[in-house]
Amino acid sequence: MLKNKTHYKEILAKGIWKENPVAYQVLGICSALAVTVKMSTAIVMAVALTAVTAFSSMIISSLRKKIPSNIRIIVELAVIASLVIVTDEILKAFFYDISKQLSIFVGLIITNCIVLGRAEAFALANDPIDSFVDGIANGIGYGLILVFVAFLRELLGTGKFFGLPVIPQVLFDAGYQNMGLMVLAPGAFFIIGLIIWLKNSLAGISHEKK
Amino acid sequence: MNPLKKLFDQNEPRFTGTGKYKKFAPLFEATKTFFFFPSPKTLVMPFIRDHLDLKRYMSFVLIALLPVLIFGIYNTGFQSGLALGKEFGLVKSFLTGLSYVLPIIIVSYGVGFFWEILFAVIRKHKISEGFLVTGILFPLTLPATIPLWQVALGISFGVIIGKEVFGGTGRNILNPALTARAFIFFSYPISMSGNIWVANTVDGLSSATALAVTAINGESISHALSTAGFSLSNLFLGFVPGSIGETSALACLLGAFFLILTRIANFRIILGGITGLIITAILFYIIPEGQGTWAKAGPLYHLFAGGFLFGICFMATDPVSAPGTNAGRWTFGILIGFLTVTIRVVNPAFVEGTMLAILFMNVFAPLVDHLVIKYKNSKRIPNV
Repeated sequence: MLKNKTHYKEILAKGIWKENPVAYQVLGICSALAVTVKMSTAIVMAVALTAVTAFSSMIISSLRKKIPSNIRIIVELAVIASLVIVTDEILKAFFYDISKQLSIFVGLIITNCIVLGRAEAFALANDPIDSFVDGIANGIGYGLILVFVAFLRELLGTGKFFGLPVIPQVLFDAGYQNMGLMVLAPGAFFIIGLIIWLKNSLAGISHEKK
Repeated sequence: MNPLKKLFDQNEPRFTGTGKYKKFAPLFEATKTFFFFPSPKTLVMPFIRDHLDLKRYMSFVLIALLPVLIFGIYNTGFQSGLALGKEFGLVKSFLTGLSYVLPIIIVSYGVGFFWEILFAVIRKHKISEGFLVTGILFPLTLPATIPLWQVALGISFGVIIGKEVFGGTGRNILNPALTARAFIFFSYPISMSGNIWVANTVDGLSSATALAVTAINGESISHALSTAGFSLSNLFLGFVPGSIGETSALACLLGAFFLILTRIANFRIILGGITGLIITAILFYIIPEGQGTWAKAGPLYHLFAGGFLFGICFMATDPVSAPGTNAGRWTFGILIGFLTVTIRVVNPAFVEGTMLAILFMNVFAPLVDHLVIKYKNSKRIPNV
């Protein structure tokens, strides 16, 4: 039973921007710090997490009436863990280099707060299709922040974009230097903090206008 | 009537109430109180009669910084001359130094005030005088060779992340000037470490600071230091390469004396810091390890070399980011001294530890205060 379009748009808008997992719920920060030094790892991580969140939410949602509530965390983790292992194997099979760079962080999607958070907060109370859309939305929301952070960190920290040098040599000759802080984890902290600041102040403006 | 006052009074309606330039009221206010005492008066109790407001308070710090600043400018020029193989006279040294230092200070003040005004206008609070001090402290912690765009970036970071995100002056956890320096230090290590401390026009002629010296072939560290030109008297007077304001222990102590005399800085922090540094330096001296490194330099070299005295006199005594209880101030100072020497000696990645020590203890200042108050409460007789 499909609902009308605005219903899904609402779910998507919530996950991608209004209740963005990183900038609003402040979840998934650990991996956002770890994998955002380069664009390529950030994008792969975002796709992997989107897939896991979407499918785990859908599966858990379809099981929601069968799961006894006192052992629900174990069941949820079993579902998520299986999906993460599948994702990890696929990455190893087809994107071996990037999988090497992501190393433990794909496995750690199991403990990523967003996946379990969506399962607990949304999938247990909604039907499978809604949950699937919600998982996709939150994955995209997480991915957008990740890619944005990675873009700034790679550009400012190493002067590259997808591994290609984009800052012209002329600038370096004129005295430009790469910002070493951006390669370190605090760089990601500052950028994420500034994004949250931006998001809150934007929301404040629209709120006042209403 | 005073023509200046007349000018302000005439223009005041434009900035207040429904005036045309209402948005820029903070700017008007700041300019006016720069010349005259603020006109708003306290309407409710308690009334405290004191001539000292934040603006005068901060201008006392500026006066205390004058010896450091003047000597810093002179020494920059003097070192630059030495690097060229000439000995500049007093005036020439000063003018050469000025040509390096003045642009840094102008950029620091200009960019910093831009952010201050922007936040004051958006958040509708007054422009705070604290920046007068931050804007001069930050350049003094930099080497004279720093690129100006990095100065601008650093002071922006210091003002925004170090201060304004917490709500402005009086609410910051960290010292804004040191936050700015830490940002530059970690972002652009090439500009902040190694052989960059002497400003000169010839490439390849530059030298490291005293703290980068290590002894080789079994000679003692003090011997290695004096052969490199870092005798104790040179370090005390400040005729050595280093950040603009940090080289002269004498100038720092003069400023500290003035600050303690006018009760702007708390002497407990400064004395505690020096005590902690001396004790730790002696401890490292006694431990039979690290021959020929700074572990064996002894307390006097640790005290006069590097930026410790500058940091403890002007940075650590910042009333906002330091503890507010007396016992807390002693603890705060002693731990800064301890951490400074420990970082210098133990951590090979950082030659100088003062900045990190002060920032680290800034973070712990509220906790120190909390523990002191808790301890005092536990000494009370309960329920009397």
